[in-house]
Amino acid sequence: MNRLATHRLLLWAALLLFAAWFLTPLYVMVVTSLKDMQQVREGNLLSLPGNPTLASWAKAWSSACTGIDCGGLRPFFVNSILMVLPAVAVSTTIGSLNGYVLAKWRFPGSETLFAMLLFGVFMPMQVVLLPMSQVLGWLGIASSIWGLILVHVIAGIPSTTLFFRNYYVGLPDELIKAAMLDGAGFWRIFTRIVLPLSTPILVVTLIWQFTNIWNDFLYGVVFSGADSKPITVGLNNLANTSSSVKEYNVDMAAAMIAALPTLFVYVVAGKYFVRGLTAGAVKG
Amino acid sequence: MRASWLPKLVVAPSFVLALLFIYGLIAWNGYLSLSASRLLPNYEFAGFQQYVNLYDSERFRVALSNMAVFGTLFVGGAMAIGLLLAILLDQKIRAEGVLRTIYLYPMALSFIVTGTAWKWILNPGLGIEHLVRQWGLESFTFDWLVDPDKAIYCIAIAGVWQSAGFVMALFLAGLRGIDDSIVKAAQVDGASLPRIYWRILIPSLRPVFFSTLMVVSHLAIKSFDLVMALTAGGPGFATDLPATFMYAMAFSRGQIGLGAASATVMLALVAAIVVPYLYSELRVKK
Repeated sequence: MNRLATHRLLLWAALLLFAAWFLTPLYVMVVTSLKDMQQVREGNLLSLPGNPTLASWAKAWSSACTGIDCGGLRPFFVNSILMVLPAVAVSTTIGSLNGYVLAKWRFPGSETLFAMLLFGVFMPMQVVLLPMSQVLGWLGIASSIWGLILVHVIAGIPSTTLFFRNYYVGLPDELIKAAMLDGAGFWRIFTRIVLPLSTPILVVTLIWQFTNIWNDFLYGVVFSGADSKPITVGLNNLANTSSSVKEYNVDMAAAMIAALPTLFVYVVAGKYFVRGLTAGAVKG
Repeated sequence: MRASWLPKLVVAPSFVLALLFIYGLIAWNGYLSLSASRLLPNYEFAGFQQYVNLYDSERFRVALSNMAVFGTLFVGGAMAIGLLLAILLDQKIRAEGVLRTIYLYPMALSFIVTGTAWKWILNPGLGIEHLVRQWGLESFTFDWLVDPDKAIYCIAIAGVWQSAGFVMALFLAGLRGIDDSIVKAAQVDGASLPRIYWRILIPSLRPVFFSTLMVVSHLAIKSFDLVMALTAGGPGFATDLPATFMYAMAFSRGQIGLGAASATVMLALVAAIVVPYLYSELRVKK
């Protein structure tokens, strides 16, 4: 019995040690963001703020310098919201329709098309950046939020299609056949039978797309213009703006501001986020 | 089925768009890589000159060797820690849900956030070095982040921190998918727990192992954000990876042809990993 107790003790020690390793950076971010620069210099990474202040948060939000502009992260945050909402909605809608067809209305060649689409989940996006910036120029939406929305929608189609298709494959075919015998057509079956059964995968896809698009940096830095930069680009500019005094407390507050929306979604609906993560790798 | 044109019509626009986006732009990029483009796209055919330039470029060689170092550490570290965490969590832990949430939350963060945080933690002035010195080890130095030979390790550390939980989630899902009766039978036969893991459970994770390896490796090749936030490729170009090299050439150094060629190399690297995987994955299903 004693040996078992030792085992459990070791097990818990290892588990808690790892938990500490994962949590420390978050802890450091939070405490640093609540200090003023004097406390940052006098204390250390782990020391608690003597008298916590939200001044760095206020500065990161509205007056920190990101390059030559000194308007804080607020405009970037707004851009990200304006970009994320339509991009998530459209790519999810398209994904559910595609998945419905690929799972329940297969046609010759549909599986091949799906396989070709799947490569888009994995390919390095660097390979489309240069031509895409030219296409966006021709469409007249280069350096705009519309351009970013378009890119995110197209780039999201492979994964949203994959999610919905794999989920819909699991719906019994009898359900569809019975509805067809009753005279229901393509759209009626979709809206009356398939969609009402889609809530879990809908949540998974919405969260997945939201997290990915909010956190994207590559498209943001390549395709945005002066007034359409998303939050990740704002944060990176803020943290890499060289000024005489490096204000780590403001950097950490800014990082927290950029992280809060996705962290919030993760804490509220982590189960669905994990399902999205695993669905991308382990296919049905 | 009736009205068989309707489903095709519904998927047609987005499929055409996505396939054009993927394959059309890949081809276009391929053509750019064979052109003499510099500051502006220039469709004059230049053969494989850009690839020769790429091969001769010291900076690209550094990027590739960094890729090898970072890739090995990142993939190896994330896989090892992820598997360990999955096994530890598989021991009927009461607080499993909470611990899993803690191990996995970095995946919800942007690499830019991770990079910014680790840049502060690892900075030689007030970061870990300062902390350990305050603890009493006055001579402690930790300046990897600004050391051209060591900065790449910092990127690997932050990368593993962010991705280990993801690997854990995949392995844990795999472990939970294994039939309990095999384990029970082995226990009846008197096999010890490490033995059961080593001989039965881990071998039956083989498919999960390969898909995880594939996903993590292709993430390593695509790594961009983390480097940009942590070191921006510096000091100098000591921590360049192919993705940051491509970005620098294509969008700030006015070397479009060279950038396109390096993107093609990245595509080839990813395809070498992903295509065999997708092929086997889709073939098995039929």
